Amino acid sequence: MNFSFLRNVLVKGLVLFLLSDLVFTAVNPAALGKLSLYNHLFTGRQRFPFGEDSSQSYNLSLFNLDAMFASHIIANRPKPADEYRVIVIGDSSTWGTLLRPEETLAGQMDAAGLSICGKAIRAYNLGYPTISLTKDLVVLDYALRYQPDLVIWLVSLEAFPADNQLSSPIVANNAARVEGLIARYNLPLDPKDPALVHPGFWDNTLIGQRRSLADLFRLQMYGVLWSATGIDQIYPSDYPPAQTDFNTDITYHKMQPPTLDSSQLAFGVLEAGLRMTGRTPLILVNEPMLISVGENSDLRYNFLYPRWVYDQWREMMSVRAEVGGWNYLDLWNIVPANEFTNSAIHLTPAGESLLTGRVEQTTLQQSCP
Amino acid sequence: MTLALILISIVVAGVLGLVLRNRWRIQLLLGISALAVYTFQPVLPVRELDFWLPTATLAFTTLTWIITTPHDKLSWKSNWPTAAILCGIVLALGLTRIQGFSLHLTASRPPQTLKIIAGVAAVALFAFLLTHYTKPNKAVLTCALVFFILLFVTLKVPLLSTLISKGLRSLNQQSTSLALAQDFRWLGFSYIVFRLLHTIRDRQSGRLQVVSLSEYVVYVIFFPALTAGPIDRIERFVEDLRRPLKLTSDDLGEAGKRLMLGLFKKFAIADVLAMIAMNATNALQVHSVGWGWVLLYTYSFQIYFDFSGYTDIAIGLGRLLGIKLPENFNAPYLKPNLTQFWNNWHMTLTQWFRAYFFNPVTRVLRSGKKPLPIPVIIFISQVATMLLIGIWHGGTFNFVIWGLWHGLGLFVHNRWSEFTRAPFAKLSARWKAVLNFGGVLLTFNFISLSWVFFALPSLSSSVHFLRVLFGLA
Repeated sequence: MNFSFLRNVLVKGLVLFLLSDLVFTAVNPAALGKLSLYNHLFTGRQRFPFGEDSSQSYNLSLFNLDAMFASHIIANRPKPADEYRVIVIGDSSTWGTLLRPEETLAGQMDAAGLSICGKAIRAYNLGYPTISLTKDLVVLDYALRYQPDLVIWLVSLEAFPADNQLSSPIVANNAARVEGLIARYNLPLDPKDPALVHPGFWDNTLIGQRRSLADLFRLQMYGVLWSATGIDQIYPSDYPPAQTDFNTDITYHKMQPPTLDSSQLAFGVLEAGLRMTGRTPLILVNEPMLISVGENSDLRYNFLYPRWVYDQWREMMSVRAEVGGWNYLDLWNIVPANEFTNSAIHLTPAGESLLTGRVEQTTLQQSCP
Repeated sequence: MTLALILISIVVAGVLGLVLRNRWRIQLLLGISALAVYTFQPVLPVRELDFWLPTATLAFTTLTWIITTPHDKLSWKSNWPTAAILCGIVLALGLTRIQGFSLHLTASRPPQTLKIIAGVAAVALFAFLLTHYTKPNKAVLTCALVFFILLFVTLKVPLLSTLISKGLRSLNQQSTSLALAQDFRWLGFSYIVFRLLHTIRDRQSGRLQVVSLSEYVVYVIFFPALTAGPIDRIERFVEDLRRPLKLTSDDLGEAGKRLMLGLFKKFAIADVLAMIAMNATNALQVHSVGWGWVLLYTYSFQIYFDFSGYTDIAIGLGRLLGIKLPENFNAPYLKPNLTQFWNNWHMTLTQWFRAYFFNPVTRVLRSGKKPLPIPVIIFISQVATMLLIGIWHGGTFNFVIWGLWHGLGLFVHNRWSEFTRAPFAKLSARWKAVLNFGGVLLTFNFISLSWVFFALPSLSSSVHFLRVLFGLA
């Protein structure tokens, strides 16, 4: 071994690295996320990957929709002929913060063993813990390729404000998909909004993509512990309960009483979702929320909502549902306050059971195709 | 050790290797290694302890050199620069307390300068007394030996280290209820104390060659081998140290290869495997036999790649500095029996125990008036040695079981190989290869199962996990 040999090793290594980086940038294998060991070597996840402390939750948050769906049990196999496929979309309450997969709405519906039109109802939890109608629309757009027979969409007012639409990381980091939806459904969103991340040349290189590549890899690795333990989030033995005492502030997203300005709410996105499903029936659910009894509860229902704004939004939803002929369930107050966990929309298993009962009733009333 | 610290070490070693000339070589290595003792030390919750423990490392090393060096060789004239460098580093690090910016050379803010001066003065006074009022006789050496063993046991037994932590917290007016055994994470202490014991024992037996203070300190705290070994022998180390440093392209190539290999093993393999390897939490969560074995095997590979990766890095760094550190691993999981495994896993530790415990114990047992039967001697020596190796890793019941597991395994293998030697010799090469392969699988699984006691913190969690592995949970 001499110095020229060492120099050649270094130079060749560098050249190979630069070449592979260039090839990666040129090819930009966006569909890399579709390669997944889930549903093959590992059990498919019951809900989307999401989590902060991966070492304890065996889960992580990422923006790659291909990878998220590929890791989900919905991608396990083609839809069986005897399956009535229900997809459930929504926010963290649908995903099931502090709930085990079988305790969520989709999990409980699945466990009920119901059937309709001679087919077994199989519910898939496609909720994701950020609250934005646009995020739900992005998920729904992708999920329709899995041929649902019914879509259940749980919403809450907090998903409607215009300034919440693009802030979800999944939305912000899937700019091309969002722009496509904006164009296709004429959504009331700005495709040039700086919140949407448009990767540049360097972002598409191997180095620029290192974080997302690492996330894809980590998602596969945590498939082992998900399969081994069935754990996909941290279940603390204790947590701060949802707030029930409030100050007198009743502004909502810079909106002041007494009148709620509907132009500040993304009804257009909601209607796009209703149109997107086409002939597939969709049940729209105003999800249960905490009605607190505490200091200034006469001004606010809970941490999220002042009463004036929520009441007016509910009214708007009812009117629009009636005019539009939506299949709409307003279940805002069906769960008692003691069945909420750490936020105004996160339910206990018992609370989830109350919700499931009502949703199941409506599901069973669907007409056969 | 973090990737950043390792990369800094590589840069430092590379620069030193290229610019070091023999005149200042030892002094520079001494200075850098002494600094590394402080820089590598993790932050500790007991106030100022993360400064005093590295200081104690330097103090113990210096004092042990004094008692292991014949008095006529304790030349102040030739060793004062080393003492000055060590004192200067401690005091200079103390002074970083009063500067406006942090150099991150110490784990946390050093103690008050006066305290440090008092500490250095106390060590200097003790060194003076040792030099002038004692002789390096057996009693002093035995006292030192007992002291280091007791200190080692105290730090390794959680109950004792927690008690000490409580005492120190109480002195510092910190909450004693928060005291934990982990409060005493003394960087590299397990390795440092074994190097010190090695020199004390060699002095007792008259085998220790005379070395200067700087050579001795560099040997004990050589920064590439500070955190994870290997445990070199002083006579071999000093031979390299005294050899003129001429880095050849072979040295650079070999160093680069070992460094790349080590970094890859540690950060690309071991750290990835660590995500899914058996640990205290997932051992209680896993619910199926198959996945349980996956977690266990993953741990087996993770610990190997982690440890051997660190060794590769140490060897690579050493090579840049002109020191050929000994190998610590030689494909241990590919060995067909437990004896060969232990001859190829953490080799420098097993060689240490063989030299300073196994062989002397065996000699004593064989030299009695009524020598014990050979199998009994082998049983006692092997089980006791492995028990001590277990306790070296930590003074908990699980490490004791781990040591016993291996001790008994070695004894059974010894008897089995004795029993089957003759029939095995008659087998065809093909049958030997088949049995060899079977032996590799059996040995690997035996070792993997032992990791259950090594990696998990309590007997109950270990038993639970073993039940999962065998479908009994």
